[in-house]
Order: sequence, then structure tokens, then C-alpha cells
Amino acid sequence: MTRVTRRNVLKSGTALVGGMAGILATGRAPAFAQGTTVHWLRWNDFVPASDQLLRKELLPAAEKTLGIKINFETVNGNDLQPRITSAIQSGAGPDIIMLFNNHPQIYSESVVDLSELGSSMGNAEDGYYDLCKSNTVDGQKFIALPWTIVGAMIAYRKSWFDEVGSPTFPDTWEKYREVGKKLKAMGRPIGQTLGHTFGDAPTFSYPYMWSWGGSEIEKDGKTVKINKKEVVDSVKFMTAFWKEAHDEGGLAWDDTNNNRAFLSQTICATLNGASIYIESLRNPDKYITEKGAQLKTDIQHAPLPKGPAGQFAMHTFFSHVIPNYSKNQAGAKEFLKWIHTKANYEPWFVSQKGFATPPTHAWEKHKLWDEDKVMAPFKVAGLLGQTPGYPLSSSGKKPAEVLTKYIITDMYAKAVQGMAAEDAVKWAEGELTKVYA
Amino acid sequence: MAIAETQVYMPQAPRPRLRLLEDERWLAFLLLVPTLVLLGMFIAYPFVRGILLSVTNSRVGVPGEFVGLANFYKIFNDGIFRTSVYNTFVYTGVTTVFKLALGLWLAMLLNRNFRGKTFTRAFILLPFIIPTVLSTFAWKWMFDPTFSVLNWLLYHFGLITGRINWLGDPDLAMISIIIVNIWRGVPFFAISLLAGLQTISPELSEAAAIDGAKPWQRFWHITWPLLLPVTMVVVLFSVIQTFADFQIVFVMTGGGPANATHLFATYAYQIGIGTGLLSEGAAISLAMFPILFLVVIIQLLYIRRVEVR
Repeated sequence: MTRVTRRNVLKSGTALVGGMAGILATGRAPAFAQGTTVHWLRWNDFVPASDQLLRKELLPAAEKTLGIKINFETVNGNDLQPRITSAIQSGAGPDIIMLFNNHPQIYSESVVDLSELGSSMGNAEDGYYDLCKSNTVDGQKFIALPWTIVGAMIAYRKSWFDEVGSPTFPDTWEKYREVGKKLKAMGRPIGQTLGHTFGDAPTFSYPYMWSWGGSEIEKDGKTVKINKKEVVDSVKFMTAFWKEAHDEGGLAWDDTNNNRAFLSQTICATLNGASIYIESLRNPDKYITEKGAQLKTDIQHAPLPKGPAGQFAMHTFFSHVIPNYSKNQAGAKEFLKWIHTKANYEPWFVSQKGFATPPTHAWEKHKLWDEDKVMAPFKVAGLLGQTPGYPLSSSGKKPAEVLTKYIITDMYAKAVQGMAAEDAVKWAEGELTKVYA
Repeated sequence: MAIAETQVYMPQAPRPRLRLLEDERWLAFLLLVPTLVLLGMFIAYPFVRGILLSVTNSRVGVPGEFVGLANFYKIFNDGIFRTSVYNTFVYTGVTTVFKLALGLWLAMLLNRNFRGKTFTRAFILLPFIIPTVLSTFAWKWMFDPTFSVLNWLLYHFGLITGRINWLGDPDLAMISIIIVNIWRGVPFFAISLLAGLQTISPELSEAAAIDGAKPWQRFWHITWPLLLPVTMVVVLFSVIQTFADFQIVFVMTGGGPANATHLFATYAYQIGIGTGLLSEGAAISLAMFPILFLVVIIQLLYIRRVEVR
């Protein structure tokens, strides 16, 4: 038996410290699993069948074809940004990361140029929608590869709207408010988040502001002119609209709360992707209306109503970036090229059942859009959407900063919490001025 | 009796390097090295790195340039930062008072003899043992705007007629996170103070009782003064932890609604990690340091005074 002596312990300890010193001196952690493994980080899809399809069919096929190993990881959507920030700062992490909206702009210096792939894919599929380029091109190059658009439409209960004398969905904010008032009086409020969450909050607050004639920045990209009558009016309207017609718990909602509230039939309408309807299709006997019908038969979709300045939309946009630190950039690019090939992308697109609209025009002709009329509005979601920073043509770093600070959403949230409309707009003006200074 | 052949053990002369370790001073230093390395790697390095970041205009992936105190100037003119400072003080102050009061009360109860004492003592530690994120998610569900079980109970007991907007109302959201922090922190106070109580000789209290002292007088004149040093240490730890709290607020409200419940840590996280403005995030984090440092110094001085009394 080896004797443990003080000297032995000291020698071992010195060796350990020496080893650590070696790691510190080289400035690198020991390399594990480097080579042909591509680590792909995505959100937990709101259509779980799509993640299953990727795991069980598409990724094994990609591994076989490309000869690489794919490490597939999914996280909550709101956790993608913390992951990429820490990965870039530490210089290690996933090789492909999914991001939302204009978030890639925040990381433009730290991601690989994907122009070759982006251009060839766009050209092959009749071109990208404008919103895709606005979010993924930093003015010169593709910093992210457009993946999909989750169209934001109002899912509403057709029979409940009929009951209050609105056989078609209200096409203006005033009409929507009137109908919503009646529905809330019946215990069926509108559900809308004004919380800090990536999807449903900005896809409501931005187009709402635009429809009243407001914008976070003027066309010159320098002048902040949000503090004007149109925006103050929009805030005043929202405050009353909220109280009269909304579920006031929406201030604390994330992107999942409205799905649960709608499916449990506590709200009459909510701005969302098609995930509510798709869930009702997936489990038709689980969701039954008070009249005994399947809930799926009572759901319709409509765009956001018009305001004094017109009708606007902003959809949640998805793209992928390859960080500069990746040791497997070639493998990552090859994989993205493979998954975007029509034969491989199509099964994924079909599994989404219209929840996701592809980023290029070519897919408008796909037969999926003719299968279910309830999903028809999502077919052209890409044509209608604007991006944060509108009317700027590129949704760059500053609009991304505004978006991630939730300034526009908070302007409305502060007002519905009791702040005077003028003060809420003034607060937003101050915050925007600091960003665009 | 046979005389065994004996061998005389002649140790080899130690090599000079190891001989150095026979010196207690060098040995003490060497034994301290692992601790120093760990402290350096996990406390000193991040702290210094944080200071360096805070005086640059670094963003995620961009090293940035030296900008002096510009970030601090910026955050001190930031309304959300001021709200975070206010919230942090309210959060720390209110929770510490409640945790101390409830923890002390619980410790006094647990210091008595009753059947199932050991089980009860272990049981009350549960909130402290369960991972904070997990228990906070459970609380989030209990305060859910639509499906709150608390609302359901209150409604079915006829105490409310409509839903309470726990996490959607700024004041109620603050109260909600304070409740969760108290729930989680009370066991730490209770167990630590219980340990303190067990060091106090029961004879003192018995003697006072014979002399006619009432329970409250026995507590105030005997138990409390003897428990004070332990209490101060427990309060010190709790203040430090609560001041820098992150998990409860991040999970429950994410700093919302509309930034109404941000604390130093959550706001630093939103700016540094969410928006990628690392230097501003570092400045927000560091802004809590002088305040915390001052609180710690005052408390330590007070503890010293109590101990030498």
C-alpha cells in the first residue's frame, strides 16, 4: 500500500497547480470533441412535432449525407440571447445559433459572413422578403441566414365575436375596442402581453405604434421624433383599450401565457403565431367549446386592425448565425446549405402546418397553403411585415438595442400601469435619444 | 532472549527544495496557494475584469476603448437604474426584517422539546434545500395572472370577487417577489439562530424564571443579548445575498412589468447580456459594490463591538 506522506501530498499538489498554470498560460481550455461535430442551438419549437422530426429523421439523414455529427440542443426562446452572448465572450459554444428578429445585428462583428449562402439561396427561391434582408444584412453582407417567419395574426373565437354582433373581425382599432369591451363584459377579454418577451409583445406594440403614425426614428436614422401627437394619442387610446377590453394580467405574460389562456378559453382573441390553432388541431378532443364543439372549428385568424396611418404588421423572424469562434465553420455552412435544400426543408415546413412561413417567395406556391383556409392569412405574412427601426431599410444595431431594451413595449406598459400618456412618451423619447445619440 | 539484528536507519539528506518546506512559513504559504488560486480565479479576476469592462465602451464581441467614468455617468442618469437601486433597498430591507423576525420565532419554537423535533427541523429546511429556480417556478405558477392557485383559493373562500393581478401590477409584483424571498430565506435564519440558541445555557433562563422574570423579560434581557453576535452574522450574510439576488426576480418577473421590479443584478443582466452592452452592465453591477461594502463594514464593526462588550 502506498504510504501517504506530507511530501507526496505536496508533490501532487504542485503538479496540480502546475497543470492549472499550463492551462492558464496557454489561455485555452482543454479541447473536447473538436472535429466534425456541429452543435446546433435552437429554441423549443412551439410546434413540438417539428423538433421530433429534426431529431428522428432530418438530422440522422444529414449526419449520413454530410458525414458529420450534429449535436442538437433546444432551449427556451428567451434564453437564446444569453447563450450567444456568453458563447461569444468566452469564445466557445454552439456552431450554429438561432436568433430572433434583428438580434443578429447585435453580434455582427462576431459572426461569420454568410453572403454566399444567403445570396444563392435567395436567388434560387425567387428572392427573400424585405423583412428578412432587413434583419440579417448589416448593410453589406449577410450576417445571418434567414430561416423562417412566424406570422403574427390575431387568433380569435369566431362564435364569440358573432355573439356580440361582429361577424367579421374588426378592421380598425376603434371597432376592435368596441367589440372587445362587449366581450370583456361577458368575461371574455382580449389577451395581449406587454411584458419583456421576444415575440408577442413587440409584434403587437411596434405595428400598433406605426399604425398611428409613430416611429422610433426618422428616415435620416438620427432624429428621434416619437414625442408627437399621434403617438400620445396612441398611448391614450391603448390605456383605455386595455382597461375596457383586455385581460389586465397580460402585463406579466410571456409568449406562452396567451396560448394557455386561449386554449383554456379565458380570452376571446390574442395576437399570436398559428400555434394555438395547430395545438387545437393536434388535440381536437381535448379542447371543446362551451357548446360542445371542437375548439378548432371556432378559431379564425385576422391581421392587426388599421390605425389612422394605415395597417401594419411585424412578424417574429428566425435566422441562424455561425459565430466566428466556431472551429467547424465549414461543417456548419454545409449543414445549413443541406437543411435549406428544398427536399430537406420541405418536410420541416410541412410539419409546421403553416406556423412558419419560409423566408422566400417561392414557397407561396406550396400546396400546404391550400389545405386549410384558416391558415391562409399566414401565406403572405412575409409580404406585409415591417422590422424594428421602420422606416429605416435596415434594422441595424440601434433598432436592435431598442428592441432588446423593450422601450416601445414599455412605453405602452407604463401608460396602462397608470403613468400619464405624455410622460410615458417622454420617457420613451429620452430612452430612444440615448440609444440613437 | 535472542538479540535481533538491527539495522540503523540512515535517512538520505533531503533535497534542498523539499528542505525549504520544513520551514513552517514556506509550508504555510504553499498550503494557502490553492485557496489563493481559487480566490484569484473566481473572485479577484472577475472583479478586476468587471472594473476594466466598466471603464470601456465594450459591447459583446467588441473589446471597446477606454471611456473613463462615462458608463457610470450614463447609468446615474438612467431612470430604470434609479428604480433598480430603490427596489434593491426596499427588497433587501423588507425581506431582512421579515426573515429575521420569522426566523427567530421559528428558532425559538424549534428550541423546545416536542415529539418529531428532528423531523420538523429537517422539514423546515426544505425551501432552502430545493434549487431556487425550481421553487421559484412553482411560485410563478402560484402567482400566474390567469391560473393562480392563490386567486383560486381566495375566490373560493369568498375573499375576492375578481383576480388579483399578482405579477402584472408593479406593487403587487414587488410584494410577490418579496414573499418568495422571505419564504426561501426564513429557514437559513431559523437554523442558524437555532444553533445560536443551543449555545445559551438554559440555566440562565431558569435562574431568571426563579427570580420572577416573565418570558418576554427572559428573552429580552438574556436570550437576545447572547444571541446578538450570531444574529448579526446571519443578517450580514443575508443582506449580502439578498442585495445581489437574481434568480427569484429573473424567474418571477424578469424585472417587469415595465422594469418595475428590476434589482441591480437583473438590470445589469438585461443590459449586459440581453442588449450586449457589456460595459454598461458591468457598471451597473459595480455600482452596488460601494453600497454593499459600506453595509458590510458597518455591520462588521457593530459585530466587533457586540463581541467585545
